[in-house]
Amino acid sequence: MKDMIERLAFCIEKGKVDKDAPYPPELKDQDGASELTAQLLKSGVSANVILKEALMAGMHAIGEKFGRGRAFIPELLIAAKAMNAAMAHLQPHFESGEVKYRGTFIIGTVSGDLHDIGKNIVRMVLKGNGWNVIDLGVDVQAEEFISTLEEIPDAFIGLSALLTTTMMSMESTVQALKQKFPENKIFIGGAPVSPEFNKRIGADGYFREPQSLVRHLATIV
Amino acid sequence: MKKVFNTLAHPGEKELIFGRARYPLKTRKGLVIGGGKVYPELNFTLPPMNINAQTLPEIKNIYRSVITDACDRALELNSPGLVIELELLIEMTLNPDFAYEITAVIAEELNACFHKRGLKTAFRVTPNDTRDKNRPPVMRSGELLDKILITFEKCAKAGGELLSIESTGGKEIHDDALLNCDLEKAVFALSIMGARDMEFLWEKICKIAKETNTVAAGDTACGFANTAMVLAQKKFIPRIFAALDRVAAIPRSLVAYEQGAVGPGKDCGYENPFLKAITGYPMSMEGKTAACAHSSPLGNIAGAVCDLWSNESVQNIKLLGGMAPTVSLEQLIYDCRLMNQTDNDSALVLRDLMIRSDAYLDPQAYIFKPENIIAISKAIVNQPSPYLRTKAAVETAFDILHKALKEGELTLPPLEESWIHVIEESIQRLPSDEQQFIEQIMPKLDSSKFIAGEYDL
Repeated sequence: MKDMIERLAFCIEKGKVDKDAPYPPELKDQDGASELTAQLLKSGVSANVILKEALMAGMHAIGEKFGRGRAFIPELLIAAKAMNAAMAHLQPHFESGEVKYRGTFIIGTVSGDLHDIGKNIVRMVLKGNGWNVIDLGVDVQAEEFISTLEEIPDAFIGLSALLTTTMMSMESTVQALKQKFPENKIFIGGAPVSPEFNKRIGADGYFREPQSLVRHLATIV
Repeated sequence: MKKVFNTLAHPGEKELIFGRARYPLKTRKGLVIGGGKVYPELNFTLPPMNINAQTLPEIKNIYRSVITDACDRALELNSPGLVIELELLIEMTLNPDFAYEITAVIAEELNACFHKRGLKTAFRVTPNDTRDKNRPPVMRSGELLDKILITFEKCAKAGGELLSIESTGGKEIHDDALLNCDLEKAVFALSIMGARDMEFLWEKICKIAKETNTVAAGDTACGFANTAMVLAQKKFIPRIFAALDRVAAIPRSLVAYEQGAVGPGKDCGYENPFLKAITGYPMSMEGKTAACAHSSPLGNIAGAVCDLWSNESVQNIKLLGGMAPTVSLEQLIYDCRLMNQTDNDSALVLRDLMIRSDAYLDPQAYIFKPENIIAISKAIVNQPSPYLRTKAAVETAFDILHKALKEGELTLPPLEESWIHVIEESIQRLPSDEQQFIEQIMPKLDSSKFIAGEYDL
């Protein structure tokens, strides 16, 4: 069984979605993440073990490669697709509460800012690392973050900004959130922001790239 | 009536050179852009602050002070001219009266400096494409579009002279195409969606320019190919993909000139050297002196065929040498001064040094070699439609890069090499029939992200 778990982790890392998937060429016609997950469940391996020892291990491997500049974003995305194919089999186990996400992360680009590609990259990396991500999109008002947090009070928050002028929106959003939810962690990112700005506005962390956010989250969850 | 570009305005490599365009543009205050000299184009942005009716007086003061300082520095350094770009912020396009008032302040300062002190200037205004504020965006109607067009009109009436925009039609699909390195979808976003939207939008901008006696200057694929460039700089996607995305953006940006734009093309359009070869219109470019805004692998080579030389954007913060826009302008002025010291022969020497310093280090720079600009531009004008032009541009650029890699003129890190085959296969899947291409791609798109009818799809 250990061998099959390792094969599944390898399929996730390489982005082998299912048997029919042409990518990667070296795994052509072999079972992929979907088939292997179904087989493991059928043989009695718990969903939790599959999630942690295969899916998250595979995503961790590709995530580390990406963090070290040894893989590109599309490779991370194809791995995420393989993970999603596997997760479809685990979905009933999430619904029953047998397995859980690492946590929920609410993410959005602050009011007045329409940039979203950086935020989208963070969303995908977090999802691939076992987080339930709620993406509120771009130009998000503080009230929308607040109402979402009211529904999921233990969630983490991620704010993105790409303009100097929308740093002010970021500041007011942090203030509004902290006033109502002082214990929830708020993380920020984007070209004009910095660790000093993070400190000044009372946010809980600035991250230049998604892998360092993932590593930080792993230390606090 | 639509202009047709089916030959090159600059067919020879030696004609493609900084400061010289086949069809120079004479501005109101007498600058001749592309007429033999390169002028600095200064761009700047506000420090972190709110933009609303209460802060508008402060914002106007900041802009006034930036322009006053810039004019002083330009005169101190004997700059033969100065172009100012006001790249509006979203709130300003959403409130065209804000845009009008700010434009008027800058125009007033530039006029005063011209009349009292003789500094020749031109003033570019770039409203935002705010249509993607709502997702999926409505591109061809609605309040957001109306406000963009009103902003153009008001800014033109307030003293803006050169009209530009970074339009975003097709970005709904292009962002994901970039992250997945899906060349077929990127080509679809640029050549079908982008080109159709450009035709719609630039017909209107050119009309406003005509009615207000201003200049329809040009668009930029900033939200597309520059995003690719930045992602490649961060090692998120292969650089060869970013190079191909750049050439795929050329036919899309060309549509503005087909609709009547006459340059100078906007600074962040790194497709501008190709557009200059095709149209003969002057172009603005940014490179090493735009490092204050972002990194690029094109620092010197981007200047090889520029007519305006820009800093892209800098925050108005205090540096030891003065406020950052003034400091940035000084750097631009010295870059221009060097280029303007050349005669025809030494200009070629300087141009070739700019090219050699960057071309062999990155595929995105390699395509900027004049012979490659000519080859890719020729492939474009030989085709009749934006899609076929894009297909031809991508095929030609890939062949150029493939040959350079095989011959060792260019090298790629091992991580990128595995992508060459993937990209080659994508190119081979581009059919020769546009309708077939549309039918091939449409089922693969996330239909929740865009409104097909906004693109006649």
